[in-house]
Amino acid sequence: MADQQQDQKRMEKTQIVQLLKDNARIGNDEIAERLEMDTQQVTSLIKEMEEERTILGYNTLVNEENLGQEPVHAIIEVEVAPERDSGFDRVARLISGFPEVRTLHLLSGTYDLSLEVTGRSLQEVAFFVASKLSLIEGVRSTRTHFLLKKYKEAGFVFHEEEEYERLKVAP
Amino acid sequence: MNDSKSHRNRIADHISSLPRSGIRDFFELVNSMDDVVSLGIGEPDFVTPWRIREATVYALERGHTSYTSNLGLRTLREEVCRYVPKRFNVQYDPETECIITVGVSEALDLAFRALINPGEEVIYHEPCYVSYAPSITMAHGVPVAVPTKEENDFSLDPADVEAAVTPNTKLLVLNFPNNPTGGDLDDEKKKALAEIAVANDLIVITDEIYSELTYGAQTPSIAAYQGMRDRTLLLHGFSKAHAMTGYRVGYACGPNDLVEAMMKIHQYTMLCASIIAQEAGVEALRHGERDMQAMRDEYRQRRNVITNRLNEAGLICRKPAGAFYVFPRITETGLSSEEFARQLLEKKKVAVVPGTAFGNSGEGYVRCSYATSMEEINEAMDRIQDFVHELA
Repeated sequence: MADQQQDQKRMEKTQIVQLLKDNARIGNDEIAERLEMDTQQVTSLIKEMEEERTILGYNTLVNEENLGQEPVHAIIEVEVAPERDSGFDRVARLISGFPEVRTLHLLSGTYDLSLEVTGRSLQEVAFFVASKLSLIEGVRSTRTHFLLKKYKEAGFVFHEEEEYERLKVAP
Repeated sequence: MNDSKSHRNRIADHISSLPRSGIRDFFELVNSMDDVVSLGIGEPDFVTPWRIREATVYALERGHTSYTSNLGLRTLREEVCRYVPKRFNVQYDPETECIITVGVSEALDLAFRALINPGEEVIYHEPCYVSYAPSITMAHGVPVAVPTKEENDFSLDPADVEAAVTPNTKLLVLNFPNNPTGGDLDDEKKKALAEIAVANDLIVITDEIYSELTYGAQTPSIAAYQGMRDRTLLLHGFSKAHAMTGYRVGYACGPNDLVEAMMKIHQYTMLCASIIAQEAGVEALRHGERDMQAMRDEYRQRRNVITNRLNEAGLICRKPAGAFYVFPRITETGLSSEEFARQLLEKKKVAVVPGTAFGNSGEGYVRCSYATSMEEINEAMDRIQDFVHELA
């Protein structure tokens, strides 16, 4: 019985999160209506997920060009010497402390850490790599790739798709 | 005088006696207006999933642009005969019991023409898809409508079917989940209908086009019930589940003698379904499940929202079991279905389809399709709410 309740709750949380991932501004009333739940329940499940850090935060996906901003984004591949007790974790924690670092993953393959870094200019990113990242003990090498154009992020495409008009009414 | 005489019988009697669809004027009016929020569309608003479109392009790149066998691509028939048992609990042989058609529409036409002798009766339920009665008439059959009712959630009452059976009844046509009501048939009703079919030696044609879009428990096809496999034609396609309406591809599965009879007509009239569409169908059956589930989840949420909002607006609307339509009752407004639809269009620029487009028993209802974005649904619901309040 308890197991079933747990499963049910997990399923409800999954459905709520799915809706929030598509649109974090959707509102608890609409979530409740779509999922045939009551608003109170949705509110308390979201609160629970925030407290247990299932939901870490809410982001907005922005096409910065439209704001006249041209921030510089770079993907940086980092090779790290693993350590006896902590593996890559100590270095990863250090790196994740820098606000410039937007995402940080440990990967399998030819290098270890992958960072996405944002700065206001090329110089700013270059300065971060040369004077911060490379100097961290355990960082063996870095390779920086500047992003030229964004096509898709978090499931959303940046280019406008041509509108195709269907019939307005059909049997 | 001579001139007019020579024109007298230009059109065949059974065609000229077919009533012109009254709904066509309404549709033309809607399609000519700008800024209409439409709940009138009987097809998915999703574009065909990219992997299927990509497979279509790949077929072209490889130069697959020929005819196929009359029965359809062997690979597609094999995929169909792998999929059908999984979803419908009934097995068919891809060599002898499956034919690929140009949508369920062609399959239905083939079945009617292959099976009906002039004057034989065909029972179908109403409200229903617009083409059933005319297709039966064009095949020289006699359409016999059995109404489905709101109090039964627009499911079909087997007793009503039994009452309509005569010694002259040859076929029973089923379409659940249903366009336009969203009604469905549960296991118990399918069992009862199967017994009626067996007892009265009826052939059942089941149009399963909305079968993937069910929001409760999925039941087997009626073909899977006792004594039914040999007397059922299972018609299905890709249009609704995989958002492939424009591809025009579907299939029929059934006992060899029925499929073979359909095949005779198909080979002389259609030859085969488009090879490009058939290749896309293979991709849909092999890898289309996840995209289909995502679309179904979205439809389910829209259904929940549109049903609530219609009831809030003061129209009585049951939560349908399947398809992507709701069929709210509009009798409280004092308007007929057609008046309601016309006035709503003129005053609020919202398009819905009058229930009477789907047969006389659709009077008192309108069909709202939720195969449109949540934003459009919400906008339409705001306008309908205003409209209903202004009438009161």
